[in-house]
Amino acid sequence: MNLKAQAYGSIAFIERNFALIKRYIGWEVVFLTYNIVNALAIGLIGARMGKDMVLYLVVGAMVWGFLSILFHEISESIAWERWEGTIEYTFMAPINRFTHLIGNCLHAVTYGVIRSTLILVLVVLFFGISLKGANLPALVIILIVSGLSFVGLGLIAAVLPLLSTEKGAYATHIFEAVLLLVSGVYYEIEVLPVWIRPLSYISPATYTLRAMRAALLQGTGLGELLPTIVLLLVTGSILIPLGIIVFRQAEFYAKKTGKLKRSG
Amino acid sequence: MKEAVKCEGLSKTFKRKEKVVALDNVSFTIPKNEVFGIVGPNGSGKSTLIRILSTLLIPDNGYAQIFGHDVVREYSKVRPLINRVSVDAAFFKGISAWENLRYAGRLYGLGSKETKQKTLDILGQLGFDEKRYYEPLENLSRGMQQKIAIARAFFTAPMLLLLDEPTTGLDPRSKMEVQEFVHRAMDSNGLTIVLTTHDMKEAESLCDRVAIIIKGRFVALEKPSTLLKKSGKSNLEEVFIDITGKEWKEIEYES
Repeated sequence: MNLKAQAYGSIAFIERNFALIKRYIGWEVVFLTYNIVNALAIGLIGARMGKDMVLYLVVGAMVWGFLSILFHEISESIAWERWEGTIEYTFMAPINRFTHLIGNCLHAVTYGVIRSTLILVLVVLFFGISLKGANLPALVIILIVSGLSFVGLGLIAAVLPLLSTEKGAYATHIFEAVLLLVSGVYYEIEVLPVWIRPLSYISPATYTLRAMRAALLQGTGLGELLPTIVLLLVTGSILIPLGIIVFRQAEFYAKKTGKLKRSG
Repeated sequence: MKEAVKCEGLSKTFKRKEKVVALDNVSFTIPKNEVFGIVGPNGSGKSTLIRILSTLLIPDNGYAQIFGHDVVREYSKVRPLINRVSVDAAFFKGISAWENLRYAGRLYGLGSKETKQKTLDILGQLGFDEKRYYEPLENLSRGMQQKIAIARAFFTAPMLLLLDEPTTGLDPRSKMEVQEFVHRAMDSNGLTIVLTTHDMKEAESLCDRVAIIIKGRFVALEKPSTLLKKSGKSNLEEVFIDITGKEWKEIEYES
């Protein structure tokens, strides 16, 4: 198939996933409300410790919200296809796996940006936070490059529901929870027990959060943040192809063992 | 290339709690423009064969070619040529027929306008009420969902159509409408159909040749008229009993 057809293929996943969001809009309102309340409640924990602490915690809630949307939406899109039994039709369609997975990733990024922006605006209004000293362009750049890593992790996690719909979904949530624990979302990783810290050092979220807080709280310049940006870029450019390779291997295994079938 | 499908020594065993032999050394060819029927009870290997031809399952031994392309090594050349209807109409049930079909169309490189035009045309021929096109699929009956599945398979203009029990579980009217549509589609240029079914009458009326499959093996492969003539029976169900020595339902129970 030509490039135009592959582009149509990518659009298919974005369009389909937004159609599903529209259909279950009630649940979207519930999740969004929960996310907003969660961000506000976490921000209020730091209210007595000053605006910087509020911002420190709110950044954690927001960045985690964005990254977990990327991670979750990508693996969830595969899980959903398994539940509905449509995965066989997607897999026998004349689009390559890259198109399929990138389509799902593009949806996740668009959806994540919309939701996170909405939460940010509400949180800023609620706490009356001024972002005057913040380095906002650096903030956006960090968010984009860190997104690449989480897209890659999401692709790897998508293998789990591909091979086992129910158990895969459990494992994905456990993986996500471990990332939340080790990445310094609401605290510095130095407070973690020493034995757990190696996981913090390999989590891309740890570096994302540090860089985001530096840009937002101290207005740190791009030059100073460059090593972190390069690190996240390199991690992402390794994790995305790795995710696609792992997914293709899992697809081959599923076809060999007959695991694509919805039942039996 | 005269053959639409060529299978040689196809075997597939699933390793569950016990080993399940789904296909056992199956060989056959299907010329272009033929409607090839595969009849057999539940668990006889029909769907496994369809999945291999659909590039969704890798055989343990043997090979399958579609229009000369190997389904495992050249799957990317096979996929634009095929489409499939399975017994369970697999869709995103929360969204409408239109949204599901638009999604399917895009996977085959078709724009939304073209998709709407083609699918509404097919659904019209199947007696589907256009107003229901925009309703969530979960609100539609099984028969209506299956008609949408048929539209999904036909509108991408495949050269090989794999119909895996397309009429199982349908009410008599829907079943007739689907069978009539397949009948008309048989006249289309270049279309080859593989049809699996439980329904002997359906196989007799729609298929140019019929293979009887039992426990993963083809035990007969002839034109329906030849099968009847050779056995001296009046219908395919009697032919089946004659070949296997067992009642149809008895075999289903064993499977």
